[in-house]
Amino acid sequence: MKQDLYAIYSIWLREMLRFFRLKSRLVGSVASPFFFLAFLGMGFGSAAAMPGIPQGVDYVSFLTPGIIGMTLLFSSTFAGLSVLWDREFGFLKEIMVAPVSRIAIVLGRTAGGVTTAIIQALIILLSGILLGMTAPGLQGILMSMVFMVLIASTFIGLGLAFASKMEDMSGFSLIMNFLIFPLFFLSGALFPLDRFPQAIKVLAYINPLTYGVDGLRYSLIGAGTFSPALDFIVLAVSCAAILGLGAYLFEISEVK
Amino acid sequence: MKVDTDGSAIYMHGLTKRFGDLTAVDRVDLDIEKGELFGLLGPNGAGKSTIIKMLTTMLTPTEGEAHVWGHDIAMERNKVRSSIGVVFQDPAVDGMLTGKENLDFHGRMYGLGGAVRKKRIEEVLDLVDLADKADVKVEDYSGGMQRRLEIARGLMHHPSVLFLDEPTLGLDAQTRRHIWEYIRDMNRKEGVTIILTTHYMEEADYLCDRVAIIDNGKIVALDTPKNLKDLIGADTITLEAQSGRETLLTSLRTFDWIKSAAVTNGTIELRVDHAQSRIPEVMQEACKKNAVIKSVGLHEPTLEDVFLKFTGKKMREAEGASAMHAVMMRGRRR
Repeated sequence: MKQDLYAIYSIWLREMLRFFRLKSRLVGSVASPFFFLAFLGMGFGSAAAMPGIPQGVDYVSFLTPGIIGMTLLFSSTFAGLSVLWDREFGFLKEIMVAPVSRIAIVLGRTAGGVTTAIIQALIILLSGILLGMTAPGLQGILMSMVFMVLIASTFIGLGLAFASKMEDMSGFSLIMNFLIFPLFFLSGALFPLDRFPQAIKVLAYINPLTYGVDGLRYSLIGAGTFSPALDFIVLAVSCAAILGLGAYLFEISEVK
Repeated sequence: MKVDTDGSAIYMHGLTKRFGDLTAVDRVDLDIEKGELFGLLGPNGAGKSTIIKMLTTMLTPTEGEAHVWGHDIAMERNKVRSSIGVVFQDPAVDGMLTGKENLDFHGRMYGLGGAVRKKRIEEVLDLVDLADKADVKVEDYSGGMQRRLEIARGLMHHPSVLFLDEPTLGLDAQTRRHIWEYIRDMNRKEGVTIILTTHYMEEADYLCDRVAIIDNGKIVALDTPKNLKDLIGADTITLEAQSGRETLLTSLRTFDWIKSAAVTNGTIELRVDHAQSRIPEVMQEACKKNAVIKSVGLHEPTLEDVFLKFTGKKMREAEGASAMHAVMMRGRRR
């Protein structure tokens, strides 16, 4: 047990060292959500109020939680998939041959991925405030961090599940184009969900990120579509299920 | 059935691994004693690495059983993992971290507390002469330095058994010598049981107490390098004579230390023990009989000859065949 805690810390520490050592990766990973936020915000912000956005909320304030959701989605899916890189460069063997439970390995990776994702998300939040978003209170920020942890854990689990099933990185662009981008666009991150036709709305309602973005929006700007309790429950359940699946698939995968 | 495994570091019985139709390891029985420096010798694709991967819990056996330091590799994986150190065939270091950080990671994963970890890192870095490179990123290390770092790491948690999968693959001759010395010291001075795989004959010959020759997933021969070479028999001296060949041959046949003398393709072949010290006598005899010798050759039996004897092919041929096989397998996997 003590050794497992040590291992979780060790894996988390490695992720931190790698994250802060590669400055270009840090810059790259916040650059694209920042551009989304800046240019969409400027482009639509000056237009007449978009239908469906709650009264008194400007577009940048509406958009920022959505882009935070996007940052978390991309960053944590990558973190889960990074098992593939470790396999490619051999380091996975060093981890797998260590006398620690496989659950500790998954938890260490999740802790690392959640931390790096939240750091990026907070950078985007700060950017949003600088771009004119109404600044949230401390309580709102703390509440949003609960949702951030759940969103990040969910998609780390998703990345891990795919990484355990993939032989190499050839399926990577498939996952990006046919899974991650649709998850993003169908989450209500960019515009209100009621602008979708009914059939598409159903897809949005089974997307866990929808509830994540809604929860973030409630925490940060005090306006959401669902109740925060519903957001929390749906997200917590899907997080447990997907992270559990990822951990299971990782556990049974052999290191060739 | 309860197996008595007290005396042995590693015990395998009927160990088998299949990948689809391919049987990579085929019912291997083997007993390796504590303190032994044991070699698995064979061409690429013979199944050496697959055996190591099963023993280190990276792969699950299809059939059969094995114990490492008394622990069942299928049932007590974490106990096996605590008893062993592994240096894999392919690099398994994080290039973005420094040498020290790689070792630090390893130490924590094996539950070494702060003070002990610090002391061990210094110890093993000294051992492999990397103390001055401790704070350099591993991606800036040379191949030999990375290898040494991995060996240092494998020893850091004081394993009972150390697995080395092709420890000197792709290294230059000088670095290889160095690493051989480390491995030997580890075994002699620290008493670590070492199992290494190699397809370099000289490596197995120079280092190992015992060698198992593996071909197509099966052990075809198992003994000390000396005994294996003795199976081949004596050394051979070859003489190419310009003239006086028959006279020389007749007189050489009267020497009692020459086991046999024959002519093949115009070359005299003498089978003798300790050939190096016999060459002068052979030359003196040639002078006496006025035979003109164009060239002299000496051949001592190597593990290569042993491999040839047991498999009917040379290592390189076997490698060619299995490399082809590997390419075909890979093609099928896609």
